[in-house]
Amino acid sequence: MTDDGRDESADAGQVRYDQARYVENGQYEPLLAEKDLTRVEIGDDDDSPLPDDLTRDSLELPELSEPELARHYTRLSQMIYGIDSGPYPLGSCTMKYNPKFTEDVAALPSAAVHPDRSERSTQGTLELMYRLQDYLGRIGGMDAVTLQPPAGAAGEFVGIRVAAAYHEHNGEGHRDEVIIPESAHGTNFATAALGGYDVVSLPSDDEGRVDLEALEAALSENTAALMLTNPNTLGLFERDITEIAEMVHDVGGLLYYDGANLNALLGRARPGDMGFDVMHYNVHKTFATPHGGGGPGAGPVGVVSELAPFLPSPRVRESEGGASEPTYELFDPDHTIGKVHGFQGNWLVLVKTFAYIARLGDAGLADASAKAVLNANYLASQIEYDVPYEPFHHEFVASAGEQDAADVAKRMLDFGVHPPTTKWPEIVPEALMTEPTEVESKATLDRLAAAFNAVADEDDDTLETAPDRTTARRIDQTSAARSPRLSWHALEDE
Amino acid sequence: MHGSDAIGSPYAPHTDEERSKMLEAVGAETTEDLFDIPSAVQFDGEFGIDARSERETRRLVRSILGRNDTLTELLGRGHYGYYIPSLVDHLADRSEFLTSYTQYQPEVSQGFLQVLFEYQSLLVELTGLEIANCSMYDAATALGEAATLAERVRGTSGHRVLVPDILLEGRRSTLENYVAGTDLVVEEYPTAAGTVDLDALEETVDDDVVMLYAENPTVRGTIEEGLEAIGDLATAHEALYVLGSDPIALSLLQRPADVGADVVVGDASVLGLPTSYGMGLGLFATREDYLRQVPGRLVGASEDATDRRAYTLTLQTREQHIRRERATSNICTNQAWVALRTAIHAASLGPHGMVNLAKRGVTRAESLAQRLDDLVGVTAPIDDGRHLREFVAHVDQPAAPIASDLEKRGFAVHVVGDHQLQVCVSGVSDAKIDQFVAAFREVAR
Repeated sequence: MTDDGRDESADAGQVRYDQARYVENGQYEPLLAEKDLTRVEIGDDDDSPLPDDLTRDSLELPELSEPELARHYTRLSQMIYGIDSGPYPLGSCTMKYNPKFTEDVAALPSAAVHPDRSERSTQGTLELMYRLQDYLGRIGGMDAVTLQPPAGAAGEFVGIRVAAAYHEHNGEGHRDEVIIPESAHGTNFATAALGGYDVVSLPSDDEGRVDLEALEAALSENTAALMLTNPNTLGLFERDITEIAEMVHDVGGLLYYDGANLNALLGRARPGDMGFDVMHYNVHKTFATPHGGGGPGAGPVGVVSELAPFLPSPRVRESEGGASEPTYELFDPDHTIGKVHGFQGNWLVLVKTFAYIARLGDAGLADASAKAVLNANYLASQIEYDVPYEPFHHEFVASAGEQDAADVAKRMLDFGVHPPTTKWPEIVPEALMTEPTEVESKATLDRLAAAFNAVADEDDDTLETAPDRTTARRIDQTSAARSPRLSWHALEDE
Repeated sequence: MHGSDAIGSPYAPHTDEERSKMLEAVGAETTEDLFDIPSAVQFDGEFGIDARSERETRRLVRSILGRNDTLTELLGRGHYGYYIPSLVDHLADRSEFLTSYTQYQPEVSQGFLQVLFEYQSLLVELTGLEIANCSMYDAATALGEAATLAERVRGTSGHRVLVPDILLEGRRSTLENYVAGTDLVVEEYPTAAGTVDLDALEETVDDDVVMLYAENPTVRGTIEEGLEAIGDLATAHEALYVLGSDPIALSLLQRPADVGADVVVGDASVLGLPTSYGMGLGLFATREDYLRQVPGRLVGASEDATDRRAYTLTLQTREQHIRRERATSNICTNQAWVALRTAIHAASLGPHGMVNLAKRGVTRAESLAQRLDDLVGVTAPIDDGRHLREFVAHVDQPAAPIASDLEKRGFAVHVVGDHQLQVCVSGVSDAKIDQFVAAFREVAR
């Protein structure tokens, strides 16, 4: 043990890692409110431009100098692990390095226009949207794309609403079931329920793929859609996808593609070619736009031509007429579902996405996908944990076996790497769902594997008390939920 | 080879030698052997997207966006551009903030969790309600989530969600999509002169109403005077009282908790974001009674193994990744980084700065309205009452050509009726406002 109580054992053959840890008055970094709270009285203020009965009485917030704030937020930033801090193989979340230049293009003053500006004065914005719609359509094999959904789950919701509107339009409004594999992302289930559908859960077969017999049994004249990601959350390609698409279409259902794993297929297969009717793109995963600590993302949706009239409004198209330079305009699709965002979604994220795709082009996108798959396979070959399902693509699910996967994850933090996603999908006991992405070098993958393997050899006592190299030690999540304290106001009595 | 000389992704740092070793380790001849895709669905075409250097890509984006006109935007109606202190960009762009994921491992995410906890605290202070989540996508989606919350928490049956007839089309349409899977129906109640018509509302409300929504200020910039009476009507019919607002307005105007609000929604990006084509930050605050039914992520305080205070995502059993189809919402990725920007902007202003910014919104709107009212052919504001940031003006000439003429002179305003323009002062300098008044004088006569 070192003087500050940190465990030195994690140093063997590893990069030494100590996350920043400030301690002041017994806190890691005091809240702004613990540094200052200043109350401004308003109700009896002679300067108020409003009568008392239209205003609040007072407002109490921290009032600190700019240097104090700069230090507060800089310290807080140092207490965060990001993809720029090190490898982040969080399965299904696709944590890639984010090119820096995309931040600069999104910060161009010309990117910041008000959404109610006239079409004539925003031709640049409309052209970039048009071009991005076009790029995404080509990449997914889809006929029409909307950029409006502000996240992947919002994209799923558009897909479900478009499917509902399509069925309703065709006099098939009775279809009230959406089929979802058990291993699917939780958002699929929640989205289908939000759309008013009953969820029919689909088991996997012994190889971890869609069980065709179970699918046959689940399909009926009440089927509105099957939601599927391919490769699935085990990283496995659904080889029977053509047959699956036929089965779903035969009963009049639609096939929805969850784009969370699209980065495994770029340039090798397209959802549209596999028979999918509607899909969303997780641009913050597939196209390396920053996750921002949990957003903003963007979840554009692509559809085949039959579904295009139902997409959210407005969309962008090229104007007709003989101008020397193409001009663009907004329009409402004929049977639009309306809007799923107050304006046009997370625009600045879309600018970054466009820049990323334009930078890589065909060859770069295909190469990213190839190396993401190579990296996953290489990492899996170097770790001691069992990987029960294969051949996987960009991600794999290892099993921690007798160890508790959540404890394994906590211990991995001590080795200066971010751990995989744990305990999901539930098909694999004590799952460690791992996705290194294409941005890690062999040396980094070797370091990651060493962390996996060091932890694999450790006993329960070590695992249960980890981590100790991080800002905070193991956090009591149970008491956080049992007696919720959700603001500094809730801490005042302590 | 590394970097921009490599053929393929410049962000995949493999040398040929390393790639050979890796392939050998996995027992494959080529990378393509690792793909398990049936030939029937293999894609052998091309996207037709040319790769570019970083410099060329920047030039391309700059050239496309360069087709946007540079205008002074006197635009509001739910999306506002305020001056953003440099501090916000410089701190929010620190890469740990920008390049981290949702805080599933709290021990290495204390910094972001604390920011989100402080953001929640800001909203609690502004609204007076006990709890706030750490973001929805924007005001419209937060309103949609409020309606599904109303359906879950209201004890008695009911179907009607009442919204003002002047509600923004984007908010109304989004709300309708959110309730499409429920039995709820969205209906309008009348307004008069930009605020709630209480008598007409009383006629409209009945026991079938599960949610009553009002905004302060309204979309026309008018400050609502009957907030408490609206709340009383909601309470009398056991409807959830949902109030729409934003952090600047909340700094000065009546505290939602004091007028009986059950939920506050709105767009918090009024602090921290420029006019980003409508990109937002949905704020959502409510009463502690509804804690277990709240949509979205919550950050809570706890302790770590050394008994020091530490923060973590909490009450995740409400969320989609645990509760699946029984979750309170399908939201996963939210607007955390925008919440960070808002928190830094608010901290930078401090309570005096926030109150003063709101007060300036009142005095500058009233002053500009007076100056326009003095012009021949213009009446402003046409709504009675007080205004924050923006107001509607009547023009004797048709409004659309006037707006078009103003645009040619470098100013953007809303057309909201055949003879109505809406004008917003947020983020516009005094000098630009002088020029705007001069331009208006030219075009309105």
